[in-house]
Amino acid sequence: MSRAETDPLSEKGPGSEAAPAPRAAPGAEAAVASAVRRPSPLWTFGLLRSELVTTVRRWRTLALLGVLAVVPVLVGIAVKIETRGGGSADHGGQGPAFISQITNNGLFLVFTALAATLPFFLPMAVGVVAGDAIAGEAGAGTLRYLLVAPAGRTRLLLTKYATVTAFCLLATLVVAVSALIVGALLFPLGDLTTISGTRISFAEGLGRALLIALVVALSLVGVAALGLFVSTLTNSGIAAMATTVGLLTTVQILDQIPQLHALQPYFFSHYWLSFADLMRDPVYWDDLQKNLGLQALYAAVFGTAAWARFTAKDISA
Amino acid sequence: MAPYESDDAVDVARDENPHAGRRKAARYAVPVAVVGVAAATIGLVPALAASGDPDLPKITAKQLIDKIAKSDVQQLSGTVKISTDLGLPNLGGLESSLGSGAGKGSGGGSSADPQAKLTELVSGTHTLRVAADGPDKQKVSLLESGSEYSLIHDGANVWGYDSKTNSVTHSTSAETGKDRRAEQPPVTPKDFADQALKAVDGTTSVTVDGTEQVAGRAAYKLLIKPRQSGTTVGAISIAVDSKTGMPLKFTLTPKSGGAAVVDAGFTEVSFARPAASTFAFTPPKGAKVTEQKKGAAAREHDGFKPGEGFAQGHDKGTVIGKGWTSVATFDTGARGGLPSGGSKAGDLSGFLGSLGDKVSGKFGKGTVFSTRLVNVLMTDNGKVYAGAVTKDALVKAANEGK
Repeated sequence: MSRAETDPLSEKGPGSEAAPAPRAAPGAEAAVASAVRRPSPLWTFGLLRSELVTTVRRWRTLALLGVLAVVPVLVGIAVKIETRGGGSADHGGQGPAFISQITNNGLFLVFTALAATLPFFLPMAVGVVAGDAIAGEAGAGTLRYLLVAPAGRTRLLLTKYATVTAFCLLATLVVAVSALIVGALLFPLGDLTTISGTRISFAEGLGRALLIALVVALSLVGVAALGLFVSTLTNSGIAAMATTVGLLTTVQILDQIPQLHALQPYFFSHYWLSFADLMRDPVYWDDLQKNLGLQALYAAVFGTAAWARFTAKDISA
Repeated sequence: MAPYESDDAVDVARDENPHAGRRKAARYAVPVAVVGVAAATIGLVPALAASGDPDLPKITAKQLIDKIAKSDVQQLSGTVKISTDLGLPNLGGLESSLGSGAGKGSGGGSSADPQAKLTELVSGTHTLRVAADGPDKQKVSLLESGSEYSLIHDGANVWGYDSKTNSVTHSTSAETGKDRRAEQPPVTPKDFADQALKAVDGTTSVTVDGTEQVAGRAAYKLLIKPRQSGTTVGAISIAVDSKTGMPLKFTLTPKSGGAAVVDAGFTEVSFARPAASTFAFTPPKGAKVTEQKKGAAAREHDGFKPGEGFAQGHDKGTVIGKGWTSVATFDTGARGGLPSGGSKAGDLSGFLGSLGDKVSGKFGKGTVFSTRLVNVLMTDNGKVYAGAVTKDALVKAANEGK
């Protein structure tokens, strides 16, 4: 699916190679007319909006979000069926975090669903979107047209990264909202017991759920930067996606090998499940801080590496 | 070249000149610099934070021990990190099956059973949270990945809550205060320090070994060293808060060197009154609640207490020798040397036998199991000798005890 076909803002069809202005955003026509002039700051937002709309409207993106939305439904129904007779879900502590508390309070389905999707589903979706960001454009032959518009390479890269980050948040919220709806339909809601044994009100629990969703989304920005960097290395979108998802899986496996414990604190996935610490009372911040610091580091390192690569790259397609 | 008509056009236009390659390479210096700065930060910040031991007035060991004895901290909350490295062989699945078997035997099989949880502390690194408000309200939580085990003492009620399995144990206790406290597992550096100070007598050298910062507080370091030979204990170091006299960090190093056997210290501590809600507990809806008979909790704690074996004997047996080289002995009543009682025992004794060293002496024949701290001798006629002593000292004690 090429950019020109899906872009609702494109003025010309895919065949018209001679008209290199397919992505003019509203309010930016003047800038397009004189390409040498520096674009107005508003142009950035036009570009970002155009990117967001293009990304979200893709069938591939919608399918990914659909899969993510189904996970909480499956978990919720499975727990409901298992505890039908009024018994509690006793897994002897097996399964994703919080799963044994779902029957008391539907809100715990949000945490369980995020704990179940964070190790693989969520980063895979982000890897697909991030890997496709630059390489997909290059592969479809639309990258050069994007650069014709006076966006500039740095600005285009930033916009792409902002779009991927927005997708991280969107994907997390899809899981959380779907889990909240399923949890409310299948299980009782009300005051909840934190994992430290204290009780908090439902409103506070909801606040913590939102905070957890935000932390989970931020946990993915490291993968997003890594995916974007990989995406600048190749002209094949599929290769970039496969590499990103492959790296993700490799790191997750390495994180399980005890002999590598000295390296593990530097793996981007190492502190992912620390979001559960937000359900302690008082909140245990140590690992959360480490996680966010690590994600910022990955974003900085691979973001600048992507910038170094992309701004010096020959655009041949 | 239309695609290059952008605000980066100025840079790109220079691509034709011979320095272009170098300019391209220079861009990669940015991510490299980011990595460098991050590495420097990770390496230097702890070093800077650790530097500069606090300046405190000189104090004698006697004064410092008095300070600990007088310390009466009623309100505190904090985070404790405990690392234990007894050098036990990694038993993997067998260890957990033994643990669960023991838990089921004594406590009704609930995973919120304090005894079952306590055995987890014997190896590895654990983070605990402790909170206390007077003698009637205490809480100890063992932080696990995505779950937590809490032991809450609130007045007459003692709750154990395991969030992983959503199960609760409950026992009531008429006893309060110090008695109750003593029954709880030793998890804070103070618990360990109390045990260690019990052993201070003529066989021990106690010195003040400078100062250090622990959990952001200035602390004195008390160094306890056994004078006797034959013990496996190398040294015990206790960091004592200079203001409250509260032990903040406890480190036990074995004579054989290497990593500390027990290292328990606050990483965060506050002496303010914890929120009352910390100690309030009502079992969550749908949780499996196991009621424990009165006194059951006390009985359970007769089991293994980390860090205690070196200081005092087993309460059911007799103690041979004194000070650091004391050896606890008791009769299991089981012939054949190794514990029997379950259908598993046959396999188990064979397996355990392969882990130990066969020894013989005046006492007969037996097997010695060694860890980095405690050595245990099981004789073939069912006697058990245990102590923080070397293998030779253990055999000698067994010979004398015969």
